[in-house]
Amino acid sequence: MRYESQNIAKIYWYGALLIFAVQVVFGLIGGTIYVLPNLFPTDLLPFNVVRMIHTNALVVWLLLGFFGAAYFLIPEEAEREIHSPFLAYVQFAIFFFGALAAVAGYLFHIYADQARSYLEQPLWVKLGIIVAALIFLFNISMTVLQGRKTAITNVLLLGLWGVAIFFLFSLYNPANLSVDKMFWWYVVHLWVEGVWELVMASILAFIMLKMTGVDREVIEKWLYVIVATTLFTGVLGTGHHYYWIGAPGYWQWIGSVFSALEVVPFFGMVVFTFAMVWKGRRDHPNKAALLWSLGCSVLAFFGAGVWGFLHTLSSVNFYTHGTQVTAAHGHLAFYGAYVCVNLAIMSYAFPLLKNRAPYNQVLNMLSFWLITSGVVFMTVTLTFAGVLQTHLERVNGIPYMDVQDQLGFFYLLRLGAGAVTVVGVLLFIYSILVPREQEAIAPTSLTTAPAE
Amino acid sequence: MRREEVVDISTAVVDEDGWGPLSGLPGHPLMWVLIASELAVFGLALLGYAGARLHDPIAFAAAQDHLDRLAGVINTAVLLTSGFFAALAVDARARGRRGAARLRLTLAAALGVVFLVVKSVEYSRDLAQGFDIDSGGFFTIYFLITGFHALHVVLGIIILAIVLRFDSPGNYETGASFWHMVDLVWIVIFPCLYLLR
Repeated sequence: MRYESQNIAKIYWYGALLIFAVQVVFGLIGGTIYVLPNLFPTDLLPFNVVRMIHTNALVVWLLLGFFGAAYFLIPEEAEREIHSPFLAYVQFAIFFFGALAAVAGYLFHIYADQARSYLEQPLWVKLGIIVAALIFLFNISMTVLQGRKTAITNVLLLGLWGVAIFFLFSLYNPANLSVDKMFWWYVVHLWVEGVWELVMASILAFIMLKMTGVDREVIEKWLYVIVATTLFTGVLGTGHHYYWIGAPGYWQWIGSVFSALEVVPFFGMVVFTFAMVWKGRRDHPNKAALLWSLGCSVLAFFGAGVWGFLHTLSSVNFYTHGTQVTAAHGHLAFYGAYVCVNLAIMSYAFPLLKNRAPYNQVLNMLSFWLITSGVVFMTVTLTFAGVLQTHLERVNGIPYMDVQDQLGFFYLLRLGAGAVTVVGVLLFIYSILVPREQEAIAPTSLTTAPAE
Repeated sequence: MRREEVVDISTAVVDEDGWGPLSGLPGHPLMWVLIASELAVFGLALLGYAGARLHDPIAFAAAQDHLDRLAGVINTAVLLTSGFFAALAVDARARGRRGAARLRLTLAAALGVVFLVVKSVEYSRDLAQGFDIDSGGFFTIYFLITGFHALHVVLGIIILAIVLRFDSPGNYETGASFWHMVDLVWIVIFPCLYLLR
């Protein structure tokens, strides 16, 4: 760490990790309700509220993670302190309070009941988010404008400005349900398949720059190619949400063609991270951060790219729409792309922020494999459930609830996978926050190994 | 950054500007990323067309008969001639003849406008016959593919205009690369949509 104001990242990441824990615990509760619907009193903890907290908490902690990442990497890239650390803390207070108030409100059934997933926050929370976003954009833009401008900060700023601008569409809720959905996707799709990808690519580029020692020139060019293909495919790829909502039929062609290519930037990120690590050959001591970074690009490629492509063509989606195939894709895509990139930058930055040598790497890497196994197993399970559901319900015409009865075994397996995921998440948080004198397994130096 | 630690063992070719295999191509490397993306989109769209046609060959053949093949032939000739002038412009600029290069590039762009005029006459006839993008089957795909291509002709003309303003030899190559992509894509679209039965 070279700049004092990079410490701002810490508070954002503490907040993020707390909400991360809440998110996965509510995921576990939701998974339990699938298996034992009457275990929790439904008037106290109805499924819709549990689901809402699970998805909202996810988005909120990922955003907190991105904010933290921006406050950590922008000073190093811009070569100056953050414009106003005070404003950064004010922004955190507003955002974090809004998030907690929203979650607490949900438990008491206070939410904007507009049937819009992810956007259930009451209006005053939405306005708070916008105020926090404006403070954030002012703060980081001022820092970058007065400092060194690099491709990494340019792309990060482009992504974060996009995040804020597209969120404004959450305020617009037309009465016509088709029009409502069209604009709803402006927030949801253009975030996760547009501007968030830019944030992800720039964070990965920063980590690659720091860890592999490859020339900035080379890394920037990869970044440009990834950004170009992301925007080229992702923007019109929005069409794959317009198939059956009442939009004109030509969206089936536009959505199918462009979203089929959305796999390209994700594949680009796999090639990018592996090529940089291979080219760089710098033996960086922080193995855990490297594992999360490589894992991020690979799992995002499978979760967002491959599992997305599985049901993105309109002729396939006609049958699979809204089945467990979607749930399978959603879990691996969010985990691979956005959870992993956040955990990667945290694994890289925390030892520097706390001024400790890489610590608890063994536990950190164990948590990577636990969470990854859990989420991948969950994804595969839900994929099987989704294929079966598609056939029974959409092809054979068996009623929805009768089909759900037959999927019970898969939901049981998913619950087990979810439990493993929660254990992994708690282990990650422990490995990041709790200091240790030495690694759980002491590393052996190559030079001291006996020659044969 | 500690540069001395970087050992490039992945390739024997020294990658001087960091663009790898893209550095050997004329014009700006990012233009070639765009060109590759465009080719992928048009390729997928034509594959989709082939699949849809296989599904309903009779209706597609009947719908196709409403197209004006002569207009298509004229537009093919117009775009190819335009591409020829763009190539001449790049050549002239490379030899330092800026005035000649500008004249040729202006001719290339003007022929792009001619293409758009012919295309809009065609579209208005299609619409007058009652076919539009919502007609389904052949005409939805026809309007999407040719419309998307026409948008690229518009974008290409804008790019050529920018090149006329900032007329470095490199910009000439970049602009002409895009423009050639636009006419090459048309050469594939035209027989697939208008002629092949």
